[in-house]
Amino acid sequence: MLNEKIITVDHLTKRFAAFTAVDAITFDVYKGEIFGFLGANGAGKTTAMRMLCGLSMPTSGKATVAGFDVYTQNEQIKKNIGYMSQKFSLYEDLTVKENMQLYGGIYGKSNQFIKDKTAFILEQLHLKDEANKLVGSLPLGWKQKLAFSVAIFHEPEIVFLDEPTGGVDPVTRREFWMMIYEAAANGITIFVTTHYMDEAEYCNRVSIMVDGKVEALDTPAMLKQQYQSPTMDDVFLKLARKATRSGD
Amino acid sequence: MRTLKFLLQKEFRQIFRDPAILRIIFMMPVIQLIILPWAADYEIKNIKLAVTDKDHSSYSQKLISKITSSGYFQLTAYENSYHASLEKIEDDEADLILEIPASFEKQLVKEDEATLYLAGNAINGVKGNLGSAYLRSIIQDFNREVRLEWIQLPKFSPQTQIEVTSSNWFNALMNYKYFMVPGILVLLLTMVGANLTAINIVKEKEIGTIEQINVTPVQKVHFIIAKLVPFWILGLIVLTLGLLISRLFYGILPAGGFLTIYVFAAVYLLAVLGLGLLISTYAATQQQAMLISFFLMMIFVLLGGLYTSIDSMPVWAQWITRFNPVSYFIEVMRMVVLKGSGLSDIKQQLGTMFIFAVVLNSWAVINYRKRS
Ligand SMILES: Nc1ncnc2c1ncn2[C@@H]1O[C@H](COP(=O)(O)OP(=O)(O)OP(=O)(O)O)[C@@H](O)[C@H]1O
Ligand SMILES: [Mg+2]
Repeated sequence: MLNEKIITVDHLTKRFAAFTAVDAITFDVYKGEIFGFLGANGAGKTTAMRMLCGLSMPTSGKATVAGFDVYTQNEQIKKNIGYMSQKFSLYEDLTVKENMQLYGGIYGKSNQFIKDKTAFILEQLHLKDEANKLVGSLPLGWKQKLAFSVAIFHEPEIVFLDEPTGGVDPVTRREFWMMIYEAAANGITIFVTTHYMDEAEYCNRVSIMVDGKVEALDTPAMLKQQYQSPTMDDVFLKLARKATRSGD
Repeated sequence: MRTLKFLLQKEFRQIFRDPAILRIIFMMPVIQLIILPWAADYEIKNIKLAVTDKDHSSYSQKLISKITSSGYFQLTAYENSYHASLEKIEDDEADLILEIPASFEKQLVKEDEATLYLAGNAINGVKGNLGSAYLRSIIQDFNREVRLEWIQLPKFSPQTQIEVTSSNWFNALMNYKYFMVPGILVLLLTMVGANLTAINIVKEKEIGTIEQINVTPVQKVHFIIAKLVPFWILGLIVLTLGLLISRLFYGILPAGGFLTIYVFAAVYLLAVLGLGLLISTYAATQQQAMLISFFLMMIFVLLGGLYTSIDSMPVWAQWITRFNPVSYFIEVMRMVVLKGSGLSDIKQQLGTMFIFAVVLNSWAVINYRKRS
């Protein structure tokens, strides 16, 4: 399972005017893995992820996602991925059900599929009573879980999660990771950024970005060994200390 | 097509849930059309008139009493010299000077022709200008009466003319509301169409929801059509509301028929919505969008032919009005409401507006980027 490449990234670079936000990063992601994409604030995680999702045009370098080229086949890529942005971006003035219906419809799913899947998710998230409430009225933890469910509503091959648990309480974070595991078990490749190092431990492999460059990439166990650190937290501190960027 | 259905459903749901939009769409036309024509009422009464009567004849007296009895003018000064009257204007005691030359009656009787001079206070230009317009029409009336009188006394020729030398401002005395109300309706439609569309899309940019849409395989044409259709319908609702108010409050019934107005408005709205879309592709925040559309609106209004007649603009400004969609609709409205023009008479304007719609919307679609 861990040998089929689903994302290939080769010297991918993004410059904003003279500023290089993402600096020639190179790595592969394998089908079915949970890939942790770490880095301090401003390291360039979001920018890199947006390039892979076809939302941002790379300046140079190569990358493929689900077998499609990020430059020329970005719309093909979009059919095969889910994306949960750092900023909550479901429609707050639509209900829980309506959001699912909208995204199911946009991805071309049948009415029956939408109906069944909606019922399943409402059950799974214990949101049945909230189905017809406006999303804006839900607490943050529920919103994040809902956003994740909507991102994988159409059963994509890969889902990109940009700090999905930012600002969420520990209980909800744990529940969220249960959902991630379940999605991974269903064959969805997970590409996730986080600032929580305990979450990094849950990943199959982890990359750590510093000032736009990927400085380290391995399994959490190997990284700890390599940097002679007892925890991922320690590994991260050792690497991130070198950073000169302050983030935004 | 199915994607479009889902997107349209989303847009309609959001619009009908937004009390602000509904308020704008229903209250704005009602309030503006009912209040504005009165507030910006050019049918000014109590225009302060200073008369310089150098003639002191019975005809000059007749003319003056006719003017004062019209109800629009208040005789604030009756002087013997132009200078004295001018001082009244300087002291803001007069908006308008009417000078009756010494030979007025003599000329009128002998030469069947007489000259009067009008001067308006340019500080309150509107009052001055409209005052002259009223005055002109009163003098013309006087002129007719004099001629009628003389026809009864056959020794005089009936062609007597009193010539008024004054700039040729618009003739607002008779059909002022007929002229303003449809114009205000056009401005409303433009504002509702362009602003709401621009703000709506830019809001999605600001909140970030557009990113979630852009990361789906949805085609940008579908997304844009789904944005246009609801506002197009809302625009037609505003128009209907506006026409209803025009009828109920001002008794305006377009002589050329409603169909002509609706057909033109349908195409016009497409153009205006396209403009809103275009603004939204250039603006990153709602403030930016507001500023751009405010800037454009100012030009559209000032160079739209509603407050200033296009014929009296300098050539370069007239040239700009050709790129101003508002000027076409105001022209069409006047043709249909006042002249009774039908579809075949507005073919040219309709064609131009169609080109506007195609250009603006294509530009917007091309400029809309799913990837930055
Ligand atoms: N559109 C842009 N124009 C200019 N600079 C940008 C733009 N987007 C991002 N940057 C800059 O690029 C750098 C990387 O930003 P990015 O958002 O990718 O970081 P990040 O790793 O996601 O940080 P965080 O953990 O805070 O989310 C930052 O310094 C940011 O200011
Ligand atoms: Mg980020």
